[in-house]
Amino acid sequence: MNVLWLQASGCGGCTMSLLCAESPTLFDLFEGAGIRFLWHPSLSEATGAEARALLEAVAAGDIPLDVLCVEGAIARGPKGTGRFQMLSGTGRSMLDWVGRLVPRARHVVAVGSCAAFGGVTSAGGNPSDAAGLQYEGAHPGGILPPEFRDPTGLPVINVAGCPTHPDWVTETLMLLAAGAMGPEDLDALARPRFYAEHLVHHGCPRNEFYEYKASATALCEMGCMMEHLGCVGTQAVGDCNIRPWNGQGSCTRAGYPCISCTAPEFEEPRHAFTETPKVAGIPVGLPSDMPKAWFMALASLSKAATPERLAKNATADRIEVLPRPGKPRG
Amino acid sequence: MTGTRLIVGPFNRVEGDLEVHLDIAEGRVRSARVNAPLYRGFERMLTGRPASDALTITPRICGICSISQSAAAARALADAGGHEPAPAGAAMAALIHAIENVSDHLVHFNLFFMPDFARPAYAGRSWHARAIARFTAEQGAAPRAAIAMRAELMHVLGLMAGKWPHTLAIQPGGVTRAPGPRDKVRIAASLAAFRRYLEAELFGAPLEDFVALGTREGLMGWDRGDAGLFLEIAADLDLDALGRGSGRYLSFGAYPLAEGHGFAPGIWKDGLLPLDLGGLCEDLSHAWMLGGAAHPSEGQTLPDEDMRAEAYSWCKAPRLDGLGYETGALARQVMAGHPLAVALAGGGVMTRVAGRLLDLARTQIFMEDLLRWLDPAAEFMRPAPKIREGEGVGLVEAARGALGHWLRVENGRIASYQIVAPTTWNFSPRDASGTPGPLEAALEGVPVAEGKTTPLAVQHVVRSFDPCMVCTVH
Ligand code: SF4
Ligand code: SF4
Repeated sequence: MNVLWLQASGCGGCTMSLLCAESPTLFDLFEGAGIRFLWHPSLSEATGAEARALLEAVAAGDIPLDVLCVEGAIARGPKGTGRFQMLSGTGRSMLDWVGRLVPRARHVVAVGSCAAFGGVTSAGGNPSDAAGLQYEGAHPGGILPPEFRDPTGLPVINVAGCPTHPDWVTETLMLLAAGAMGPEDLDALARPRFYAEHLVHHGCPRNEFYEYKASATALCEMGCMMEHLGCVGTQAVGDCNIRPWNGQGSCTRAGYPCISCTAPEFEEPRHAFTETPKVAGIPVGLPSDMPKAWFMALASLSKAATPERLAKNATADRIEVLPRPGKPRG
Repeated sequence: MTGTRLIVGPFNRVEGDLEVHLDIAEGRVRSARVNAPLYRGFERMLTGRPASDALTITPRICGICSISQSAAAARALADAGGHEPAPAGAAMAALIHAIENVSDHLVHFNLFFMPDFARPAYAGRSWHARAIARFTAEQGAAPRAAIAMRAELMHVLGLMAGKWPHTLAIQPGGVTRAPGPRDKVRIAASLAAFRRYLEAELFGAPLEDFVALGTREGLMGWDRGDAGLFLEIAADLDLDALGRGSGRYLSFGAYPLAEGHGFAPGIWKDGLLPLDLGGLCEDLSHAWMLGGAAHPSEGQTLPDEDMRAEAYSWCKAPRLDGLGYETGALARQVMAGHPLAVALAGGGVMTRVAGRLLDLARTQIFMEDLLRWLDPAAEFMRPAPKIREGEGVGLVEAARGALGHWLRVENGRIASYQIVAPTTWNFSPRDASGTPGPLEAALEGVPVAEGKTTPLAVQHVVRSFDPCMVCTVH
């Protein structure tokens, strides 16, 4: 299976994250799965005229294309021309190139939240008028219409994340290579279910603090970050706390909140990223699949029952009170 | 006089989009224009947001030096609020930042720069077979070993920064996770593994031996490891003479700690001068930007949607007292006073790459020292109060050189944010007086053989700067 990778309006971070793939490393993994790059801007030898010739040949249909991976949003500005990003050396905009290459591809993969939904590239007033491949924020329809499907019936596969986890990309490509990904393997926003069926909250080491609403009040404290520090792990899809990043990491493990970088429009939370907006002292963004009244009742009950160990540790930067398991009965 | 024009692009194995326009006469580049053809507008996205949002947004300017961006933002916010990070927090931030910088050097040398020497155009050179075995893109033993090692080294970031890139761990008050004794020994194990790799593959000898080099001759005599292979190639192709710079260098100083910088800041112009940014100005005459030249504390980013014909890049042209400066690993080591770097000042492709190898070796030693002194019982965060009003600047050294953030906060919101990235210096277009930027100047005189559409010498010069185009144009 061959892959053509384009870097549109983004930061290149998803490629850099991809290079962190382990067990095995990226090149070994691709080799083992029979995946090869036709061209990748950071990794391939071909530059300039050689690369232009290759892109033209793919666009003309002379070289068959299995997967078109696009990293970064697509700039439509200024004034709809796409000239905020020219694919260098070609005199054509990235907008134009993506439009020419998509019809040639057997599958189209949006790598990262920018390519999927517009992401941070479309933050603020969206100065470059950027959009995702098949979504503009949460709205279906980006550069491609909502009804776009590849020849196998799949929409653009949104491997969202900012950056996206290396395994989310490699496993998506391996599943495509194995012919093992169908429309039912994607969630409602076309994100692969294998990572989107989990919440970031699953497996977070702060779960016990969450249970008792024992909350951190400043970054670097150990408690749950939902109440004061903007953590939306209970609403964010991702297996970040089940499948570690870079060995043993995750955002919440390192002491800062999940900002739901796998979701459309995460770049515009309408409040500071590391603060929880509240109305009358109650966080507004409660877990989405739980009745609010129940949550409030449970929270006040669990708060009243918070063990001293959790209450103390929640606002400390290291564990101060150790767990005291009961003595074995003998 | 007749000349040919050549457009080189897409320019890959650099970070981001780059197009180089060459005007060629008598087999040499007569003049070069460097175009960064992407505009996203981060500075505009930031205005009106809560001040702390800079920590989340600015790392996403760049996926290869995202921690540099977050370190600069944290420094700018701390400065605006008159806040000092916890000293141990600053040390941990320095360690996190250094890991990113050495990882960058590793990627640049193995995946971006060296693969060009494995190209068929060099068939027949005495070193070519070895270059193919070691450095063929995607296939060579060296890029493969480098990405395996890099992924492993990044475990330090997984542990202390949660993930890489785009971490929020570095804050104005320190870092979000206090390491325990167990983390300290784990990081030490990662650093020891990295040293082992560097000594076995890249340098072929103890790091201290490479760091002890003090002269150009000594360096050219280094024949061990991949560094030795590079220097052999450099001697054969005379990469020292290729793409020479102005000899003016700039460093903002790497790894600010309570007791001073890990590598000192400064300016080099016929000798070392203190860093003074009073005369800093971003010239917009050849950038698709509207408005006048200004110091970044007063600058603006107003894209010229008509993309006027006199301009040719989204990159602004920073000048210090009217002069362009080269920045990067070599500049950093010149300012840090390393004798080899000082001996190499003013050189070309070879010296930039050698400067990076020297920086890599010295940074590894710096990280080991830092970790040795790190007390896991210390305070790693002194939470900074919210800023209502203030102005601040954050100056750091990214792998590619001097990175500055200038910030103004009014009513708790960002009123102005301006960023000058290392590649903005190195790849700047012409200024109002027509003076080319450092890369443009370095490309003048580079030989281009008849009929070559993508001249290799040009690629060596461009890649020797290790450009990061997405940072340049943010
Ligand atoms: S910190 Fe976030 S992810 Fe962790 S338990 Fe609290 S709400 Fe869940
Ligand atoms: S924890 Fe949240 S913000 Fe962090 S990577 Fe996962 S989804 Fe993104």
